[in-house]
Amino acid sequence: MRGAPLRVYAILYLLFLYAPIALLPLFAFNDATIIAFPLSGFTTHWFTDLVANAALRQAVGNSLFIAAMTAIFATLLGLCAARAGAMARFPGKGGIIGFVMLPLVLPEIIVAVSLLIVLRQVLGLNLNNWTVISAHVLICTPFSIAILNGAFQNLDPSIEEAAMDLGESRFSAFRLVTLPLVMPGIISSMLIAFTISLDEFIIAFFLTGANPTMPVYIWGLLRFPAQLPVVMALGTILVALSVTLLIIAELFRRRGLARAGIKDTGGFL
Amino acid sequence: MGLGSFAKSEGGRAATLLAPPFLYALALLALPILAVVLFSFWTQDFMTIDTRFTLANYREFFDKPIYGVLLGRSLMVSGIVTLVTVLLAYPVAYFLSFHVPSHRKSLWLFLITIPFWTSYLIRVFLWKVILGYNGVINSGLIGAGIIDEPLSFILYNINAVIITLAHAFAPFAILPIFVALEKIDRSLIEASRDLGETRLTTFFRVTLPLSMPGLVAAVLIVFIPTIGDYVTPELMGGAGGKLIANMIQTQFLQLNNAPMGAAIAMVAMVCVTAIALVFVALNRRWLRGRG
Repeated sequence: MRGAPLRVYAILYLLFLYAPIALLPLFAFNDATIIAFPLSGFTTHWFTDLVANAALRQAVGNSLFIAAMTAIFATLLGLCAARAGAMARFPGKGGIIGFVMLPLVLPEIIVAVSLLIVLRQVLGLNLNNWTVISAHVLICTPFSIAILNGAFQNLDPSIEEAAMDLGESRFSAFRLVTLPLVMPGIISSMLIAFTISLDEFIIAFFLTGANPTMPVYIWGLLRFPAQLPVVMALGTILVALSVTLLIIAELFRRRGLARAGIKDTGGFL
Repeated sequence: MGLGSFAKSEGGRAATLLAPPFLYALALLALPILAVVLFSFWTQDFMTIDTRFTLANYREFFDKPIYGVLLGRSLMVSGIVTLVTVLLAYPVAYFLSFHVPSHRKSLWLFLITIPFWTSYLIRVFLWKVILGYNGVINSGLIGAGIIDEPLSFILYNINAVIITLAHAFAPFAILPIFVALEKIDRSLIEASRDLGETRLTTFFRVTLPLSMPGLVAAVLIVFIPTIGDYVTPELMGGAGGKLIANMIQTQFLQLNNAPMGAAIAMVAMVCVTAIALVFVALNRRWLRGRG
């Protein structure tokens, strides 16, 4: 078959992509403190250690709060931009959208240090969960816009016009007609923003306050060899969680496309 | 047309809707970057900022060899990572676009993006497990009787940083190339074959030039962010594998010298932007030269 070598190459490439993650459960259930081969035996006590760790529970709580707030605000901003993007042009529109999308290609450390300077040195604020949220909203909004653009651009504007002709106000036409149609996109966008925020380290390390986020706490654990199996156990749970969230996001995205009546052509982004 | 009628027009409503995300990015991106520029011309003595304009930070950057070495190493690592990532990714994107049946494409894309969404810190750490002294590769090779001593050139040096980064940025390279390949009108390729080109010359004279926008996007989306990563060099690089982002992080969080950190960040940003612009310009010229 033509393309057979390419297929073999693509499958090898997938193996390369998955190789590190495949190791996670191996060491999470391995009965040894040292993360190396050969494996010694099966245990679940790294998971019980994990649950017993109060500092970690607090870090996870912080991260969940930050991720939830980021998901809400990034999606609201993304909703504004994507809706505007699907409407008539006005001077400077392309430039403004390009500027809002900029964090997508900016090195994260630049976002981190610039916000640190403004928040700490210029405004003299204390760092807390909200400082991390403000930065995460900035970097997640472009992803939300990219996902919601898909939802809005597939929409037939005449449906909303018909609702307005039939006596609905502009807002209620949006709420009753457009919003349900783009809802799968909104949910998908919130899940993606949530996942990005939950995992983000580079910026959070600069902007986190007295209570670290989960990745910042993991970073601390990586320095203590005795804690590494616990990190593996935590990683296993996180991978399972992200995969579940992503599958849900993907299902909603596809449902959104099906609702808009178009053929599926690609993934996120 | 007055301002009031503009606000009621569709363009005006679009502008009103675009205002919140624009103002947010202005307040939390543009103004802070402006602050970085200002700080880079100031100095800091312990806790007090001296706001007199000075080039001292930039002078220090160019006088002390360490900064130049780190920046040069960073640019080299990012360059190699970009090259490796894009070269490895192109065949995968090509396979996806030309050989995978369309109803299977989103499944393949989904499989490729999943590893990217799993904890970055833990992925980096797992590379340490793979490449380490008692790691997967060394114990595998010793077990197979291929080597007697563990290989030491694969951890705590630049090679380890490059492998880890190339793995982390793989999906970033595949997606834009795939999108560009999908947009190519298949009849152009048939026409080229009908006119007597071989499969190989068709690829180099039709497919590759038409996929250039995706290739350029892939290069930029890998090259620019890799400069800002301090996690991988910190965990994988050992003493000789530190990069410019580690220095920025140290200046801000350990030495408490925000102005010096700002100056380093500025120089790094200017270098990256300049390289990106030159790359885009060269590419445009090359494509026009062919057209």
